[in-house]
Amino acid sequence: MADTITLQVARYRPGRETAPTVEEFDVPLRKDWAVLDGLNHVKDHQDGTLSYRWSCRMGICGSCGMTVNGEPRLTCATFLIDYAPGPVRVEPLANFPVIRDLVVDIGDFMRKLPQVSPWIVRREEKSVSEGEYLQTPQQMEDYSQFSMCINCMLCYSACPVYGLDPEFVGPAALALAQRYNLDSRDEGSDVRLDLLIHPEGIWGCTFVGECTRACPKGVDPAGAIQRYKLTAALQSLKSFVLPRGPR
Amino acid sequence: MSTFWWIRRRSYAFFVLRELSAVFVAWSVVFLLLLVRALAQGESEYRAFLDWAATPWVVLLNVVTLAFLVLHAITWFNLTPAALVVRLRGRRLPPAVVAGGAYAGWVVVSAVIVGLVVTR
Repeated sequence: MADTITLQVARYRPGRETAPTVEEFDVPLRKDWAVLDGLNHVKDHQDGTLSYRWSCRMGICGSCGMTVNGEPRLTCATFLIDYAPGPVRVEPLANFPVIRDLVVDIGDFMRKLPQVSPWIVRREEKSVSEGEYLQTPQQMEDYSQFSMCINCMLCYSACPVYGLDPEFVGPAALALAQRYNLDSRDEGSDVRLDLLIHPEGIWGCTFVGECTRACPKGVDPAGAIQRYKLTAALQSLKSFVLPRGPR
Repeated sequence: MSTFWWIRRRSYAFFVLRELSAVFVAWSVVFLLLLVRALAQGESEYRAFLDWAATPWVVLLNVVTLAFLVLHAITWFNLTPAALVVRLRGRRLPPAVVAGGAYAGWVVVSAVIVGLVVTR
């Protein structure tokens, strides 16, 4: 095993340059080091101006998503040893505007997420004295997979539909809508319906499936979207066949 | 993104091929309708149709169409469990079983058609 590995890191400093450039850094190749450790070594010892986001370094905060050798990855969960002898290309997360170096603007997602009402919606809230909303383990299992989302945006980066059409609501937002639709405590399916059945909602998805492949938490957003397509289609059929029936 | 965004990755390219298979599904329906029409028009029309269908280009087209039809069916059945969650006695059926059900349906329908058309 060699001592070091080369990181080819995308740099972009607005005001100083008009286009991104690539800078190479050699970092120690330690068998337990992730790409994030390599970046931290660069920032600590070689170039303190390198900008990137990270926080928990254990795959739960969703901050450190970047494009590593062309794939959207959490840099804290991507190990240098798997890319030996290198070099390792580290670029900002694809499909997002770049603010600086490896930092991208995720404002688009932050605006879309509240639009799917990702919270428990009740027609009438129970008072605190009435106690908790009870749920069986089976009922929790119905939605728990979709609750694992850490909002890391790797799915948006992998999704070609989002790349071609930034108006697409996107995998994570749609999966989170499903997380609440399938929650037995929630009564908000109607509230979420109009956005979901919009052409830029679930019907924008063509089931490429790359979002599910990229997801580090096993959320399967593609599955969430296809399930809702079936639900929405059946609901449309019902309202067509029984126009005055229950929605 | 360029028009050829899908060339960069194998998974994207496979996705585009999968979507393209719909064009060949449409062709197979048109071909079937042409066959039925030729049959309805009588013996000589039917023979002329069969001769046309036997020409090299049409055979090549139909072989390629068959390949795309198989791709279409297999990818569709394998993706069905993602959309269709089936519960039996409170437990969720494993995806392989749901896909298996679709394949089983394919075999049954094919057997019925073979029984009707081939073994007369």
